[in-house]
Amino acid sequence: MPDASEPCWLERTRLQRLLDVLLERGFEVHGPVLRDGATLFAPVQRVAELAAGWRDEQTPGGYSLEPCGEARTFGVVSGPGALKPFVFAPHEPLLQVRMDGPGSSFEAEPVLPEGHKVAVLGARACDLAALAVQDRIFLRGRFPDPHYAVRRRALFTIGVSCTRSVSTCFCTSQGTGPEVTGGYDLALTELAEGFVVRFGSPEGEDLVGALGLPIASEEALRRERSDLDACAEGIERALDSGDLRDLLYANLGHPRWEEVGERCLGCGNCTMVCPTCFCHDQRDEPALDGAASLRVREWDSCFNPEHSQIHGINFRARVRDRYRQWLVHKLAGWVDQFDTSGCVGCGRCITWCPVGIDLTEEVDAIRRTEGAS
Amino acid sequence: MSARVRAARPRLGVFKFASCDGCQLQLLNLEDELLALADRVEIAHFLEASSRVEPGPYDVALVEGSITTSRDVERIREVRDQSAFLIAIGACATAGGIQHLRNVADVEAWKSEIYPHPEWLDTLATSTPISDHIPVDHEIHGCPVNKREVLRVMLRALLGAGPDPPRASVCMECKRSGHVCVIVAGGQACMGPVTRAGCGALCPSLGRGCYACFGPYEGANGPALAGRLEGLGLPRRDLARRFRGITGSHPAFRSTAEGLEDGDG
Repeated sequence: MPDASEPCWLERTRLQRLLDVLLERGFEVHGPVLRDGATLFAPVQRVAELAAGWRDEQTPGGYSLEPCGEARTFGVVSGPGALKPFVFAPHEPLLQVRMDGPGSSFEAEPVLPEGHKVAVLGARACDLAALAVQDRIFLRGRFPDPHYAVRRRALFTIGVSCTRSVSTCFCTSQGTGPEVTGGYDLALTELAEGFVVRFGSPEGEDLVGALGLPIASEEALRRERSDLDACAEGIERALDSGDLRDLLYANLGHPRWEEVGERCLGCGNCTMVCPTCFCHDQRDEPALDGAASLRVREWDSCFNPEHSQIHGINFRARVRDRYRQWLVHKLAGWVDQFDTSGCVGCGRCITWCPVGIDLTEEVDAIRRTEGAS
Repeated sequence: MSARVRAARPRLGVFKFASCDGCQLQLLNLEDELLALADRVEIAHFLEASSRVEPGPYDVALVEGSITTSRDVERIREVRDQSAFLIAIGACATAGGIQHLRNVADVEAWKSEIYPHPEWLDTLATSTPISDHIPVDHEIHGCPVNKREVLRVMLRALLGAGPDPPRASVCMECKRSGHVCVIVAGGQACMGPVTRAGCGALCPSLGRGCYACFGPYEGANGPALAGRLEGLGLPRRDLARRFRGITGSHPAFRSTAEGLEDGDG
């Protein structure tokens, strides 16, 4: 058993063994697979199911895959899905309400998820940073979310450091990547012949022990460092976040909001793919017999006009109001509320915005013309 | 509405105007739930299901179809008079349906081109939604409607609760379901970003673009989407047709279509 501080080495041909051990231990293993022109996390049993040999190109409002010409298992940086659905379900029951008959009292019982064990292989550094942000929102404070807590406890994360980036990435600005440095059970860095492996939890340590991995060579670690540094240097997009909170609060009347409001579809795609956005709605679904009803929670968005509808008035009636709310909350309000930015620099909101609105560009425009209003 | 549906076993009437019957069929497609539902409501008038017809009044009326004849104008008023809670179901009843295309065409010219005896026809120059003619208590959108939503609205009404319809965009439903965006990754023309949720993102789930049969999402930004889809190489005339489709009579879609047609030189 290697010392905790010593990175190990996993031959490429032995990656299946990692999956096998996880499956033997009762995990449902999810990894990035090709689906409808992108990658999604989906249950896998064989390494051959993973999106190996491909890489992604991402631009504002554009995503494409192409063969990468080498046997990289994790050549695709990311797809639209992050870790969010594994812990904060898009649609889940919260309460089962039962009533004996008209006028009688009712009982409400929490419906908790079963919490079956899930291992996610291929989470990126930004995804793990986002998970830490969501932990902060859902688990801390006086009212930790029991549904999130059950899923979170059952989640085993295998991060993969990025050795390439796409044009929408800006993790280096947010201090979240490209190297996986925390919040993981296992962390991998993919090199040509295999993977440098580190563990970050007792469960991860146990798994490394079960695999009987040798210590990584100094040559492997040298190449790892070189690849990670090259990746970080290659990231060109940036979000100047020094005084961001004050900048945004001081520019709530900036004409740029009006301008972006004309381009913004208000569709909410940015918030759905954002790995930290947590807004949700609750609905009651009556049962057929009229004696029960299920309270369901589902992802909502501050771009949904209904989200800001209160009795008699919508306090964010225009798209520009909703865009401003999203951006200012994400980059400034979260700092006050959760002591962290809500942005991990994954760039998904840029890629998956159908009209390619780029938050880094919006912030830059406000910064360049501050006080223009 | 909630105060109105209080009968122990409310009486249901289902009525059809200009339509294809597809929305009524969605009710009949509730195969696993239909018998239980029939225990809780008395199906008093539903010609698609039974030729046995009970006279009104009705506690709940579901109205399919648009108003296209002078007789329709009278009959929808009769239905309204007989019905405590009236729900317009489907794109024909809520937006005039695909037949609303006559509203931007010369109906007199069409009649004589198509029919040997156009003088035998009694038709209005327009196809209009039910709400243009009578007060409507609720609208369920879609072509066809989602049967789950019809059931949900009825079950909620039976409990005395309001309809609480989905109001998100199709994109939000699509992402909740974990589908990959057909615009961003597929380069397809999809109306999802401007369209009201409720279908479960059915078309994008099958890899094709949404065609807006649920009508505009509140606050839909048609011109911004049109600009994006034009960038995919779609001619403006084709784009205009996407906004002129099944629910194209809604002002948000109509104005976008008109803007595209104006610029089509």
